[in-house]
This record gives sequence, structure tokens and C-alpha cells, in this order.
Amino acid sequence: MSITRKDVEYVANLARLQLSEQEKDTYTGQLENILKYMDTLQKVDTSGVAPTSVAVRTDNCWREDEAVRYEESALIMNNAPEQEEGLFKVKKIIG
Amino acid sequence: MEIFKTTASNLAKQIKNKEITSLEVVSSFINRIKTKNEKLSVFLNVFESEALDAAKEIDKKISSGQPVGPLAGIPVAIKDNICIKNKPATCGSKILQNYSSPYDAAVIDKLKESGAVIIGKTNMDEFAMGSSTENSAFMKTKNPWNPDYVPGGSSGGSAAAVGSAMVPLAIGSDTGGSIRQPASCCSVVGMKPTYGTVSRYGLVAFASSLDQIGPFAKTVEDAALLLTALSGYDKKDSTSVNCPKQDFLSLIQNGDIKGLKIGLPKEYFIPGIDAEVDKVVKEAIKKLESLGAEIIDVSLPHTEYAVAVYYIIAPSEASANLARYDGIRYGYRSNDAIDLMEMYKKTRGAGFGPEVKRRIMLGTYALSSGYYDAYYAKAQKVRTLIKKDFDDVYKKVDVIVTPTTATPPFKFGEKTDDPLQMYLSDIFTISCNLAGLPGISIPCGFTKNNLPIGFQILGKQFDELTVLKAGYEYQKITDWHLKYPEG
Repeated sequence: MSITRKDVEYVANLARLQLSEQEKDTYTGQLENILKYMDTLQKVDTSGVAPTSVAVRTDNCWREDEAVRYEESALIMNNAPEQEEGLFKVKKIIG
Repeated sequence: MEIFKTTASNLAKQIKNKEITSLEVVSSFINRIKTKNEKLSVFLNVFESEALDAAKEIDKKISSGQPVGPLAGIPVAIKDNICIKNKPATCGSKILQNYSSPYDAAVIDKLKESGAVIIGKTNMDEFAMGSSTENSAFMKTKNPWNPDYVPGGSSGGSAAAVGSAMVPLAIGSDTGGSIRQPASCCSVVGMKPTYGTVSRYGLVAFASSLDQIGPFAKTVEDAALLLTALSGYDKKDSTSVNCPKQDFLSLIQNGDIKGLKIGLPKEYFIPGIDAEVDKVVKEAIKKLESLGAEIIDVSLPHTEYAVAVYYIIAPSEASANLARYDGIRYGYRSNDAIDLMEMYKKTRGAGFGPEVKRRIMLGTYALSSGYYDAYYAKAQKVRTLIKKDFDDVYKKVDVIVTPTTATPPFKFGEKTDDPLQMYLSDIFTISCNLAGLPGISIPCGFTKNNLPIGFQILGKQFDELTVLKAGYEYQKITDWHLKYPEG
């Protein structure tokens, strides 16, 4: 698998990461190198093999949907970079 | 015996029997932190006055005859990706530098119920991504046995805290070896329990199908004591498994390991491993054999694919989990953006360090349209085969023994320029997470340059007891765990 600088820019956009020109160069080479190593998996015959997402068998967990009063929202809001009247503040989204 | 050389289980007994106060114990460890932390860069935060207050509170309860928990008065250090209410949880990242947790993790609740004294938070690779703790945005933790060497990672701070006896107990998290590998590097015991044994509620997520919290201690007994306190069902973690609670510390003292079947997988004893590691681990196996265990050669044929599988699955899960750092609800925000999209990108570009960005890129790529089947879906299928290897072998043996790492601890900077080489340092610890098994690293010797070596015992899912039992019996006839670094 060959990785181009354009691939890196495309993926960085998907991941919402601003990369410097130097980072783009570095990651192009490193990702190519790492993905080449991953290609070893293509040698494994996985026809008919089911995927594993979690190794320990888990069943769906059910519980009652009960409302619980939370009195400490200030502790959460105080972590916000910007807030106003108990709401998270962001840049204008709709023009 | 000096306080810092006394096991946590013995200190707990002495505190309960009023032979010593918790205040004396906690003060003595705080003094060790004061003399050692500057040189070793282990703690990001020490909660001195709160710890001393908590110790006094325990002493008061004991002197007035009130019941106290099994860890009453014992100081414990916490990896900085585990939330403690109103305390920082930086995860070793600039993006969370000013974050303050609004709640306690489930394990913190459990530690407090057990009477443990939370003494501070330890350094780690950023978001637990790394094998040397060099990826912390704040400082480089030194190996207590030789400050030119890394302590391993990502829980390098917790491992070095116990290794230098700044605390008797610590907790870490293990996604691909992040407890066992630093335990091996620092000559301490470190255990990753079966996935689902310890609640992940309040553990900052890295790779949710692999992450698990576990104990660090000098002895297997102490690890058993701490694991007993940490484990148990938690309705707030939907992957937490409802198993009967076991008192590991008392259970490991029953019986012996005569007839225990130990599998040695040939894929873990390969020409590539360091000769001193190979020799020392084989000596440990001889010791287990001398206790009556039966050694059986086995094969885990898909071992060679574990690193590739892990470094697709873990970064994929991480790329999704770390999407939450968007500069809106908490953490760092870049202020020189013209619109929301640019704010996201600049915030994340500046807030994350190089390894975290590399893994987000890798995971995003593996999940992206057109590559999902070739990477992520393929890795999940090979994960099934890796797990099946273990299922097959566990029909013949009770536990599996391997080296924890293929080499002794390495020097600072040795692997930082080549991410793939760093990833390969997890080669012996990763499969355990992929298969959801319990695994422990136990000190078993030193190189001729006095660098620690550990061996790993892997068990069947939810059979922590047999793993701990084997380690406990090993430590009864060896003294590696009684050695302390100089200075």
C-alpha cells in the first residue's frame, strides 16, 4: 500500500486534525511503513471466520430508564473553554 | 523493618492492630516521594494534605473501634487517566492540561470504600499510547533502576512509583501491555485482569474493547489484595461482568501448584529475543517446575499477526474515542480560528502530541471508505483466530508462561524515531488484550547491567486466581521481589 501526501491530507481532514507541512511529510512516510507491515494480515486465510469486536462474551445490558437528579452541573460547565448562562459557547454555525 | 520495605498486606495488618498508624505510613511514603520524585519524574500531582487528612480519619476510626476496609490506611497512586473528583486527569496530554474531573471513577469509589488513601497521580504516555512514557506532554519518567533507561509504558509512572517504593500500591491501565510491560521494566508485579473484571467507568477511553484497569505492587500477595478491592460488577460499565466476588489474597494461600499444567508457546521463545531475557525467564520456568508444575510445549500459531491486528484495532477505536476532544465541552481550545471547522482542526492539531496524532491518522485511515474491509474488518477476523489459538491451548494447559518483553528496558530516545520499532516492543503482551485474558508480569531477575526482567503468566478468562496462585508460589521460593534500586 503506497501512501501519498494527498492521502494524508484527506485522512487528516476526516480526523479534524490540522497538520504542519513537516508533519504531513513525516506521517506520509511513517504511515506507509506501518501499513506495509499491516499487509502481513493479507496472508491469513479468514474465509468463513467471524469478526471479534469484544473478546469476552457480553449480552445486551438492560436497565430501567430512571431520571436521576444531578446537582453538580457547575463542575462540568467549569471545564468548558467558553460558556454563557450555563451553555457551551461556540462560533456561529449557521451563516 | 523499614516501612517502605513492608508489604501493603502487612502494613494493613499492622495499622488494623494499632502497631503503627496510617499517618506514620502515609507520611513516610510522602517523604520518599519528596526525596525521589524530582529525580525520577513519577508524580504529576501529589495530594499531600488530603492524604494526611484521610490517614488521620482512618486512624480515628480504628482507635474508636469502627470497622475499616481491607486497604485501610494504605497509600495508593493513580494513573492520570483515571478520574478523581475535582482533580486533574491530564492523560499526559496538553489537550486536558486544565481539565478537572467532575466525578470519581468506579475504582476510586472502590478504593475509598476499602479505606485506601489516594496519594497522587502518576505520569503516563499521552492517552496511554506508548511503551516508554516518553510520549507524556509533561515530563519523562526515569527507570528507578537506571535513570538513563525508560520505565516502560504507558503506565510508566505507576510502575516507577512502586519500583522506587514511593508507594506500596498503584493502579494503571493496560490496553496492549501498558501495565505488564512497565512492571517488567521496573521490577514490580503488574496485572491486567480479564476484560470486564474491573469497571472502566471513569477511565478515560483509549481502545474500549481492550482497555482494562489493574494493580501494581511489589508482591503477588499485594496485587491480589488490590485486585480484590478493584474488581466487581458495576452497572455504570455495560461491559463489566457480574462474577462472584473472590478474596484473592486468602484464596492464593490455599494448596500448591503440584500438577499445574503450564504451556510454553514456541512462538514466544524465538531467536529474536534477548539472550539474557531468554535465560532468566527459562530459569523462572525451572523454578515453577521445581514446585511440581508440569511444563508442556504448545503453539499459538497466529502470534506473529498480533502486533498488526492490535495496531489496526486499537488506533481505530482510539480515533473514534478521541473525537470527543473538540474544544467545546472541556480541554484546550484554539482561539485563532475563523469558523467552527477550523477551531476543531487547530484545537486538535495543537492539543494532541505526535504519537496520538499518528494513531488517530492510522485509525481514521483503517476505518475510511474503501479501506475498512482490508484493514479493520480483516483485523477483527484475525483477532478471532488469535483468540481461538488460546481457546485450543487452554484445553491442554491451565496457564501459559512467556517473557513479558523480548528485551530489557531500553534507553531514552532509542525507539522514538521509529514508531514501528516502538510498537514491536509490545509483541508479547498484546495477544492477552486481544483475547480478553488475565495476565501478570512478575520480576524474575536482572541483566548483567542490573536492568529488570519479568516473566508473564497468562490465564483462562476469569481465572485470575490460578494466575495469581502460580505467581504467589513462585515468589515464595525466589527473592527478586525483595530487591530495591539503590538511592
